[in-house]
Amino acid sequence: MKQKKDTWLLVLTALGAVLVMVAIYLALVRAPEASLNSETGRYAQRIIYFHIATAWVGFLAFFVTFIGGIGYLRTGERKWDIIALSSAEIGTVFMLGVLISGSIWAKPAWGVWWVWDERLTISLIQFLVYVGYLMLRSAVEDPARRARFAAVYGIVAFISVPINFIAIRMWRTQHPLMFGSEEGGLGPNMMFAFFFSLTTFTVWYAILMWHRFRLEQTRDNLEQLKQRILD
Amino acid sequence: MNFLVAAYAVLWAISFGLVFSMVWRQRKIESEMQTLHVLIDDQPRLVDDEPRAEQEW
Repeated sequence: MKQKKDTWLLVLTALGAVLVMVAIYLALVRAPEASLNSETGRYAQRIIYFHIATAWVGFLAFFVTFIGGIGYLRTGERKWDIIALSSAEIGTVFMLGVLISGSIWAKPAWGVWWVWDERLTISLIQFLVYVGYLMLRSAVEDPARRARFAAVYGIVAFISVPINFIAIRMWRTQHPLMFGSEEGGLGPNMMFAFFFSLTTFTVWYAILMWHRFRLEQTRDNLEQLKQRILD
Repeated sequence: MNFLVAAYAVLWAISFGLVFSMVWRQRKIESEMQTLHVLIDDQPRLVDDEPRAEQEW
C-alpha cells in the first residue's frame, strides 16, 4: 500500500515537472507581448505569469495553515497540525519567490530593486510573520504545546493575507493592479498562459503538500520507534 | 532578457530545491528507521538466544 502511494507521488511529481516546463514555454514563448513602449518592459512583463501564480500559492498555503490551526484547536488531532506546518513551510518558500521575482521585475520596470511601497512592505512583513511561525515551532519543545501555540499563531497570522490582497486597492501604491483596472493589467489573449500557470502552481502546491505531509508522518513514526526502544 | 531568465531560474531553483530537500530528508529518516528496526528485530533474538544457549550448555 505504502509503495503504491510512493509510486503515485513519484508519477505526480514527474507530471508536475512536465506541467512546469509547459507553463514556462507558454509564458516565455507563446504568450503575446504586452503593448508597452520599451523592449525591456515587454520582456519584464512576462514575469507576471509566475509572480502572480506564486503569490496565489502563498496565499492559498497560508489559508490552509489557518484551516489547519482551527482544525487542531477543535479536534486536537495531530494530522491538522501537520497540515498547518506543511502548508506554512511551503507558503513561506513561495512568498520568498514572490519577493525575489517581484524585485527582479521592479529593476527594469521601476529602475530600482526595491521600494518601501505599501504592497511590497506588507508582503515582506507577511513573509517575516511566517518565518516567525516556523521559528516558534522550533523553539517550543513540548509537542502538544507547540501545536497549540502554532495553531493560534497561524490563525492570527492569516490576517496578513486579506491585508496584502487589498493593499493595492486601499492605498495608492506603485504596484500595478492586474485585475479590475482600466489601464494596464492582463489582456484577454494573455489569459490562457496566465491561468495555465496558475493551475500548474496549484497542482505543484498539492504535490509539495503530499511530500511534506509524508515526511512529517515518517518523522512521527521515527519518534514512536525511538520511544519504543527507550521504553 | 537576462533578468527574465534569472527570475525563472530563481523561482524554479527554490521550488525544485524544496522538493529535493523533502525527498532527501525523507530518505534520511527512512534509513534511520531501518537501522532502528534492525535493532528492535535483533533484541528479542538475543533474548531468545540466551536460554537456547543455556539449554545447549
